[in-house]
Amino acid sequence: MNAESSPAFQGVAPLPGVPKPDPILVAAGVERSFGGLRAVAVDRLEIQRGSITGLIGPNGAGKTTFFNLLTGFDRADAGTWHFDGRPLQGKRAHQVARVGMVRTFQLTKALGRLSLLDNLLLAAPGQRGERLAGAVLGGWRAQEAAHREQAEALLERFGLAPLSRHFAGTLSGGQRKLLEMARALMARPRLLMLDEPMAGVNPALRQSLLAHIQEIRTEGATVLFIEHDMDVVMGTSDWVVVMAEGRVIAEGPPAAVGADPEVIDAYLGRDHGKAAGA
Amino acid sequence: MDLVKILTDSLRAAIGVPAAAYALAATGLNVHFGYTGLLNFGQVAFMLVGAYGTAVTVNEGGPLWLGLLVGIGLAVALGLLLGIPTLRLRADYLAIVTIATAEILRYVTRSRALQSLTGGVFGIQKFANPFFDLNPIPPGRYGFGTFNFSHRQLWVMAVGWLTVGLILLLLTVLLRSPWGRVLKAIREDEDAARSLGKNVFAYKIQSLILGGVIGALAGMLLAIDTQAVNPDTFISILTFFAYTVLILGGPGRILAPVVGAVIFWFLLQFTDGVLRGALEAGWLGSAIEGNEVAAIRFALVGLGLMLLMILRPQGILGSREELLTDER
Repeated sequence: MNAESSPAFQGVAPLPGVPKPDPILVAAGVERSFGGLRAVAVDRLEIQRGSITGLIGPNGAGKTTFFNLLTGFDRADAGTWHFDGRPLQGKRAHQVARVGMVRTFQLTKALGRLSLLDNLLLAAPGQRGERLAGAVLGGWRAQEAAHREQAEALLERFGLAPLSRHFAGTLSGGQRKLLEMARALMARPRLLMLDEPMAGVNPALRQSLLAHIQEIRTEGATVLFIEHDMDVVMGTSDWVVVMAEGRVIAEGPPAAVGADPEVIDAYLGRDHGKAAGA
Repeated sequence: MDLVKILTDSLRAAIGVPAAAYALAATGLNVHFGYTGLLNFGQVAFMLVGAYGTAVTVNEGGPLWLGLLVGIGLAVALGLLLGIPTLRLRADYLAIVTIATAEILRYVTRSRALQSLTGGVFGIQKFANPFFDLNPIPPGRYGFGTFNFSHRQLWVMAVGWLTVGLILLLLTVLLRSPWGRVLKAIREDEDAARSLGKNVFAYKIQSLILGGVIGALAGMLLAIDTQAVNPDTFISILTFFAYTVLILGGPGRILAPVVGAVIFWFLLQFTDGVLRGALEAGWLGSAIEGNEVAAIRFALVGLGLMLLMILRPQGILGSREELLTDER
């Protein structure tokens, strides 16, 4: 999946903040400071629809904070961002998820004392039985049955079907990553935002997770993911965005970004010990 | 020591009106704590507004049904009042605010300024006559030997346990629905629920109000049974008895409050009976006196609870697997 094989990015210059032909997400002037520390200061970033975009950068670059701002888990000091032309700044986290921008977390949030099946069923959008009146009066069972079928198909696809009645709390770390991704898909995202989907996952599962990410894109969703492992990012992404010290310092096709001296500087120069030790 | 009498007294306590009321109060806490993960340390405040809402309305000349509605309405208002400022904050804030509110409400009801309405420190008596006028059971005592109840007790017990049954039925429907699934998801991790499009705040408010109204029903039941409300009945220890009942049964289980309340009241009455019996028989010498029995039985019940937490930390109905899962 190199840039050469991604026609969507033909003619897009590898410059920070460059406009994309068909962006699903456009962020401008997004800023967030913690005390004196400016954690995020993104002048402009566009995410191309239907692509896999990798977001990389050294520790403390502001990647997760940027995710938190976009998804309503933290409040930005300034800036606007539009999802499919719709302004999302100031929206709360559940409102962001409902318009189709669904995220996962770096530290996996499996719902431990819910079964795997319930973890997925929870994510289905627009459930009648989730309203108090609807729950009392009934009439949600047909919808629930349809959701159950979808959930079971997803669990099958992610290799978790044999465990569907088990508590999610009994899963291993890697299985939790799979569950969280399956659960996010159950929410029918148009933009799936994965925060370090490979962290702490063994190599065998890693391959399967990568295949799933490719598949999600094939099915028409857009994927934006944060990742530390450069090999994964370079091998999977259509486009790579690099953040350092809160700013977007480079973006472009994987090969071009990998050779960018400023990126190498950001990774190896200022963060050499961590990059080598990771 | 008459062991048969001690046992029948204990059984009477186990199915009596206070047990039903505690089961209701604990059921409300089960919605809060067992299913949503909310730490409400002021359940007694909901009981108080339920009891006083009924007593004051009837005392002012209103019909009983209106009194019950007023009690429920006050519980809804209290839920909103407590929830709106605190439920967006971390869990511990709700705990602090609820326990403080319960004490404030008690002081307000016993204040001189409101004495014409609430009766101040004297409370209100004899307001539940319309309830007892509805009693279809002919006067007399019913039961076997010393295990018997008056027609009056039976009537309150019947209504009390029927209420418990109906509430548990409603909760079974609710908690097995997608609505209940969202509550449990919030208990497990509210950020995960948010990331999947659930309005966590709205669900927490609903949970707080629902559990609070159930707590108000518990307060009404206690008030009607004794035909009296008094501010000093509604002290914070009542909240913690309700928690004891819930944890005894196993939080997150529909039937836990019933099992917990029955055992709690049985043990309380049983230790009381045994201690008094032993005292009368002179077995305890001069180690304790009669007026110390009440305190010592609570110490013994506390000891029993400690043993339960060591041997069966998930409660009587809880599952060990679930408890271990929780530890991650």
